[in-house]
Amino acid sequence: MKTGAAFLAIVQVTAMVILSPLLVGLMRQVRARMEGRVGAGVLQPWRDLRKLFAKESLQAEGTSWVMSVGPVVLITSSALVCVLVPLVGTVTFPLVPDDLFVMVSVLLLGTVALALIGLDSGSAFGGMGSSRHMTIAALVEPTVLVSVYALSIPVGSSSLSLIVDARLVDPASVASPVSLLALVALFIAVVAETGRMPVDNPSTHLELTMIHEVMVLESSGRDLAWLELGSWMRLGALLGLVGSLLLPWGIAGDVTPLAILLGVLMLIVKLVVLGSALAAGEVFLAKLRLFRVPELLAGSFVLAFLAVTASYLVVQG
Amino acid sequence: MSASLFDQLIGLSAGVLLLTSVLLVWKRSLVAAVRLLALQGAALAAMVAFIGVFERDLPLLAVAGLVLLLKGFVLPFVLDRSRIQTGAVREETPLMNTTSSLLVLSLLTMLAYLVSQPLLTLAPGPTTAAVPVGISLVLYGFLILTTRRHAISQLVGFLVLDNGIATVAFLTSGGVPFVVELGASLDVLLVVLILRVLGGRIAAEYGGADLDELTELRD
Repeated sequence: MKTGAAFLAIVQVTAMVILSPLLVGLMRQVRARMEGRVGAGVLQPWRDLRKLFAKESLQAEGTSWVMSVGPVVLITSSALVCVLVPLVGTVTFPLVPDDLFVMVSVLLLGTVALALIGLDSGSAFGGMGSSRHMTIAALVEPTVLVSVYALSIPVGSSSLSLIVDARLVDPASVASPVSLLALVALFIAVVAETGRMPVDNPSTHLELTMIHEVMVLESSGRDLAWLELGSWMRLGALLGLVGSLLLPWGIAGDVTPLAILLGVLMLIVKLVVLGSALAAGEVFLAKLRLFRVPELLAGSFVLAFLAVTASYLVVQG
Repeated sequence: MSASLFDQLIGLSAGVLLLTSVLLVWKRSLVAAVRLLALQGAALAAMVAFIGVFERDLPLLAVAGLVLLLKGFVLPFVLDRSRIQTGAVREETPLMNTTSSLLVLSLLTMLAYLVSQPLLTLAPGPTTAAVPVGISLVLYGFLILTTRRHAISQLVGFLVLDNGIATVAFLTSGGVPFVVELGASLDVLLVVLILRVLGGRIAAEYGGADLDELTELRD
């Protein structure tokens, strides 16, 4: 099983490295078209990355080693998340559990790395961005935990691959009230975690409102490329997690070339569907005032919490 | 109706009841509140109808029709008229902000589950398993009543409270006799009508229905 799991991990990481910039490009393109612009094309994020990778990274005076280690930590944590989340198949390493709590802690590692990068340069904007980022992260993590926990109660395990497996066996469970509540909560949490529209506007550079952009303001060249790729991979992996839980079809249960090929194709379909839906939804949304973001996240937490209580309701009945 | 389908349907209607009341606390818009209340009434009626069909109880189906008519249409309609009359769109200044009231909600839900533990052990089954939802609704109703200031919001809180009591009654005893249900429903209707007239008079007299401003007597 070990070689199979390793092969699957390599496939998932490679797929996400290739696909996540395309996903971001697709989302920008959908948005541009719906707003009546031509758009830069789906391949634009890849062109940006190629350009940035060819440039040396300049570091401001007074910055420490955090500035160069941060991007490495972020990209590693994103790659690890891509390994842990059952995106293509549910075959896992026997020793490294793809446990829910492991995944959330790895996600948090990347969040902290990004926040430290924002703080390191000592600029006022970076600090503000980091502070906002950590505030949102502190509110989002419980929601992610509790909502996936609600999904794990019927399965009896907090391992993500087992949860997805159970949904593959019994697709009717996707439409149960518990699962719907938990998925809505998880979706809000994913939107907040990846800094999408009602929480953060990914396309703005207005200092007072932005969160993600402000933290990478002081990075340049290769470092910036790693940071961007890392954040995009997080977005891709989390959307993929929602996709695997919402539409579990096509996920490989074993390591055969055909099953994996089907898994990758279905992953592309799911990412295209979810990404376009998210981008289309963003067109109709205005950014929330920062002080109303906790309201939204508290709401999603309560939904997740109710999903947990309701799942006990169904289990007992 | 098979037992497992009955389980699912009771779970679903209980879920809708819970979700609508959470949204009632979350949203400050009074327009949304009236719509959510109508949806909640319909969910309650559906739950009663499910119990009626499962237990082959014809009077209970009549009660379900009554509940749907009263809580799904008449009361929301009366509330909506009253909202238009007072000209209010939003609950402007609740005593507790939305974030903390949402967190209080989760605590109240937990409390409801703890309190209803003896009931659950008394007669385990799908209907008793949903009883905590009814008790949560009662607690949410009290929360809305105590933290909102606008007359319409307070009415909404009162009706959520009543929905909670009705939910518990239907789930534990398979409904009360038809006459009693009719009497209780008429009581609620009467209270809402009186409060609506009162709210309209208050709005006409003082130009707003914010009850906190009515702390002193004047001529």
